Amino acid sequence: MSIFVDKNTRLCTSGITGSEGTFHTLRNRDYGTQVVAGVTPGKGGQNVDGVPVFNSFHEAVEKQGANTAMIFVPPRFAADSILEAEDAGIELIIAITEGIPAFDELRAYQIIKKNGRSRLVGPNCPGILSPGKANVGIIPASFFKPGNVGVVSRSGTLTYQVGNVLAQSGFGNSTIVGIGGDPVPGTDFVDCIAAFEADPETELIVMCGEIGGDNEEKAAAYIGEHVSKPVVGYIAGFSAPPGKTMGHAGAIVSGSQGTAVAKAEALEAVGVKVGRTPTQVAELAMELLA
Amino acid sequence: MDLLEYQGKQLFARHGVPVPSGKPARTVEEAVAAAEEIGYPCAVKAQVQIGGRGKLGGIKIANDKDEAREHAEAILGMDIKGLTVYEVWIEGASQIESEYYASVVFDRSAKAPLVMLSTQGGMDIEAVADETPELIAHLHVDPLLGFQDFHGRRLAFEAGVDADVVRPVGEILTKLYNTFVTEECTLVEVNPLIITPERTVKALDAKVTLDANALFRHPENAELRDLSGEDPQERMAKERGLTYVKLDGNIGILGNGAGLVMSTLDVVKLAGGEPANFLDAGGGSKAEVITSAVEVILSNPNVTAVLFNIFGGITRCDEVARGLIAAFDQIKPTVPFVVRLDGTNDVEGRKLLADANLPNVFAEATMDGAAAKVVELAGASS
Repeated sequence: MSIFVDKNTRLCTSGITGSEGTFHTLRNRDYGTQVVAGVTPGKGGQNVDGVPVFNSFHEAVEKQGANTAMIFVPPRFAADSILEAEDAGIELIIAITEGIPAFDELRAYQIIKKNGRSRLVGPNCPGILSPGKANVGIIPASFFKPGNVGVVSRSGTLTYQVGNVLAQSGFGNSTIVGIGGDPVPGTDFVDCIAAFEADPETELIVMCGEIGGDNEEKAAAYIGEHVSKPVVGYIAGFSAPPGKTMGHAGAIVSGSQGTAVAKAEALEAVGVKVGRTPTQVAELAMELLA
Repeated sequence: MDLLEYQGKQLFARHGVPVPSGKPARTVEEAVAAAEEIGYPCAVKAQVQIGGRGKLGGIKIANDKDEAREHAEAILGMDIKGLTVYEVWIEGASQIESEYYASVVFDRSAKAPLVMLSTQGGMDIEAVADETPELIAHLHVDPLLGFQDFHGRRLAFEAGVDADVVRPVGEILTKLYNTFVTEECTLVEVNPLIITPERTVKALDAKVTLDANALFRHPENAELRDLSGEDPQERMAKERGLTYVKLDGNIGILGNGAGLVMSTLDVVKLAGGEPANFLDAGGGSKAEVITSAVEVILSNPNVTAVLFNIFGGITRCDEVARGLIAAFDQIKPTVPFVVRLDGTNDVEGRKLLADANLPNVFAEATMDGAAAKVVELAGASS
């Protein structure tokens, strides 16, 4: 098994006719993901290398049975596209777009939560990869192979770094979820850790957090109460100065809130092994699975 | 994007939040002219984004033209905790009977705006929150419902504001919330919110943070600048569309992806080094972007060595190598570079660098090895 994306994923990309949208959608298809449709308003009836393009998510669902959306449109249109996918009944919406206004993000989050029929992952995330099954997003799949380590991370390249060290140590992955670097992620650490706990294929969970917010602290509380599988943590941003946004919109220490030290301590307090470098994370994982 | 006090007050005024009338000034002459127009007594306030400026001599009351000149001369150009004062704000001095606190913040944890009100204004609100949290009234607002009048009354009663100002305080909260939503802020804070002897309510200070991602919908806000907070490297990076944060050390850092760059800073620090900057070249960077980024990093005179830490996903290592080679061609750096290339097209990238045989460029295979090497070189060349 795996979580969120697999052989049953039927993907529809919003923004498929843009250069990035085309490139990554086709790369996902090459990996083996079932890509069934694309959406670009006004370009319905066209196709992108054989993938049919529709004017709306509603048509993509009706005609092609799309159940997963990948959002690749520019920031000012992204929340609208997310909400259209939700309205069309898409179960899983993966938003890659970076730079969505905070209020747009908040509105999309609240509506999705209120209606309770879709899961949003991202925005500002690299997507989800279940090695050997499906890849939705921009994660370079060649570095990962199937295995028993579930990874959830707020950062893309950091995930590749950690994943690569794990792979060099002989580990594979059940699923890698990038939850994104924005202040209001649609899916948080707790959601992913709960899914990994329930996934029989996952034997170890690696979570890569960073400064800002309290998502890691909430994860620590959840792990302490509900998680039986071993968890290895990593937190980026120990040397980040307060009050500065470190690249990701959500990566900011506000006053005394959201520091790397507090997050690492919260995780360690519930028995999570926290590596201080990506290399240490792999070493801890090896010890736990040996 | 953080605004200066006067920029925040001008924003408030547009949304009907009462503020003392005033004028900004960048020269002593402008300040004196503003004081003459506003009348005396007036306050001369340093415009820097730092708390406690009053205690450091950044806020002074002028009772006549001579004092206005004297204060403007003293404050303009002064250094407050490392920031230079380029602008002052002259406003009519206010009579204060009570000092309250009001704010609207984007609460990430609750995923909703949070409105706060307290009668304990005029002091450090984090200290109030730590020591006497019961003195701050809180309310999360359902963003789909918005802030209603009853919310304002409820907060005012709960905070225990004087009975005669419950209604005006509630109205100000509504206007602050409207400012927050309409201008797309992530923070709107008033400390102090004052009650005058005439029992009117006014925002005596303003701290506003705008959502940088929403500035395309607010072109007039995108023009606002804070000269005191502008670092030359950060400005240069911003003009080039690079994500750069200046730090205190001497090791220039370039990586791809915010998390990996943060992690690189940490690993360098663990190896005993001090990073000079955070620079995320972004995903899929082309050679020109890398060259441009090298220029920004090297424009900081403190830099004695540079570390490239690239894990290519959509970024291709050969493009990064080409960018670095072009940078050497154009800028001819004199400091050593340590380069770690892994991921997409890493073999091609490493070969390009080896063939170019650049002076003072050291290839390292791992992130840890690269950090150790750059720390060694940075010490040696300083």
